[in-house]
Amino acid sequence: MTRSRVPGLLAVPAALAVAFLAVPLAGLLWRAPWGSLGADLTSPRVLEALRLSLVCSLGAVAVSAALGVPLAFLLARVQFRGRNLVRALTTLPMVLPPVVGGVALLLAFGRRGLAGQWLDRAFGITLPFTTTGAILAEAFVAMPFLVITVEAGLRAMDRRFEDAAATLGAGRWTTLRRVTLPLIAPSLGAGLALCWARALGEFGATITFAGNLPGVTQTMPLAVYLALETDLEAAIALSLILLAISLAVLVALRDRWFPSA
Amino acid sequence: MLRSRIRLAAVVAAVALVVAGCGGGGDDPPGGSPASPGEIKVFAAASLTAAFTELGEQFTTASGGTKVTFNFAGSQALATQVQQGAPADVFASADLTNMAKVKDLAGTPRNFASNLLQIVVEKGNPKGVTGLGDLASSDLKVVLAAPEVPAGRYAAEVLSGAGVDVTPVSQEDNVKAVVTKVSLGEADAGIAYVTDVTAGGDKVEGVEIPENQNVLATYPIATVKASKAKDRAQAFMDLVLSAEGQQILRRYGFLPPPTT
Repeated sequence: MTRSRVPGLLAVPAALAVAFLAVPLAGLLWRAPWGSLGADLTSPRVLEALRLSLVCSLGAVAVSAALGVPLAFLLARVQFRGRNLVRALTTLPMVLPPVVGGVALLLAFGRRGLAGQWLDRAFGITLPFTTTGAILAEAFVAMPFLVITVEAGLRAMDRRFEDAAATLGAGRWTTLRRVTLPLIAPSLGAGLALCWARALGEFGATITFAGNLPGVTQTMPLAVYLALETDLEAAIALSLILLAISLAVLVALRDRWFPSA
Repeated sequence: MLRSRIRLAAVVAAVALVVAGCGGGGDDPPGGSPASPGEIKVFAAASLTAAFTELGEQFTTASGGTKVTFNFAGSQALATQVQQGAPADVFASADLTNMAKVKDLAGTPRNFASNLLQIVVEKGNPKGVTGLGDLASSDLKVVLAAPEVPAGRYAAEVLSGAGVDVTPVSQEDNVKAVVTKVSLGEADAGIAYVTDVTAGGDKVEGVEIPENQNVLATYPIATVKASKAKDRAQAFMDLVLSAEGQQILRRYGFLPPPTT
């Protein structure tokens, strides 16, 4: 092992950084109502929010996969005018404050919105205050995570395998299905996990666009926020679930993010 | 090298995930430092937004430049923030319940205003709402404040008193959001304070709830014991209770506090 040339003094701010990130989590564990945790976690309110969160986040992942993976292919493989603009637009929701995203969704898909008024008139479909609306709000915020991860995977992949498949007579769809998708499976998996985690934690866009109603649009983060104001124990219990899920995602992806090398 | 690009993308995504996750609660307690000299922090119920903003300007002028910073949110959120040690100097609640929650942390509260509820509908009342009974209709999208919010609890009282069973499409986390959803046209009707309907501007109008079905919301105000600017906090509270302060509140549609 070679001797490190990192100045020893860096250890002080580095340790502070670790403490800063870890202490709030410790606070959550410290105040957790361990004795009544079982009862808190199986209360109808918590179960309802948990069920809805799973439905909405998985729905958002499905929407993101159906639309985002093809978009990633286009961005990675096709040269077209305005590609950088499209990429910038696609990643915008990652840095946009989610509440702003929610307002934008209302103005676009609300009953009086740009596209929403047409949906309402033509099909009688209104999205705000519905579970579908909550799914869309989550997909809006989470899809970019899938798109950029898959695009990076496609760009990093060795394209000679695709060329070989084509030389051997495989059509475009066969190559996509039998060669490309298996090769980018790790990126796809990581993208889906990130997308899901982000959807699960979505708050701002959801409460703004979809509103807050238990069983319909009140997902876990919304339940945590409202419970915080009346029932701290329930809020902490719900927070613990979200923390556990986040940790599980990190652990599942550890080989990608923290290779032991 | 190829893998490192994927890894980089994953790290970027992970960082953005964390950053975006922070955008959640818009009502976090502001800052962490106590009020600096020449400044007070007033935590006030969302329904007081317009009236207190004017009172704050009045206070700044009268006190020779003391800056007033407001944190407007649902009273239940503010009470929690005060309990968790947020740096408030004055707390004004839209109900007695949330003031009672912080009674050990605040000075003696004084009631300074009251407010009635009203049905809020879009300008021109396109759905022809005439009273509470209409809100039970299933083809009317009704928003209420969440049961945790004072306005939500009052609305539930009013509805149950009138024997009307309403299934709201959303329970908003403060009363202003109820009016917003109606003024955006997303909801057909809601229940809010008279003052919020007035403050909602020309996109909404109110449908009165008869006095025998209505609930009088009482607004108490108190200084916060942990305040580092007690004198200024007391001076602000005095202004709110003064004839001048009461006149401003009246202009925004608030009623005098109940005389008991």
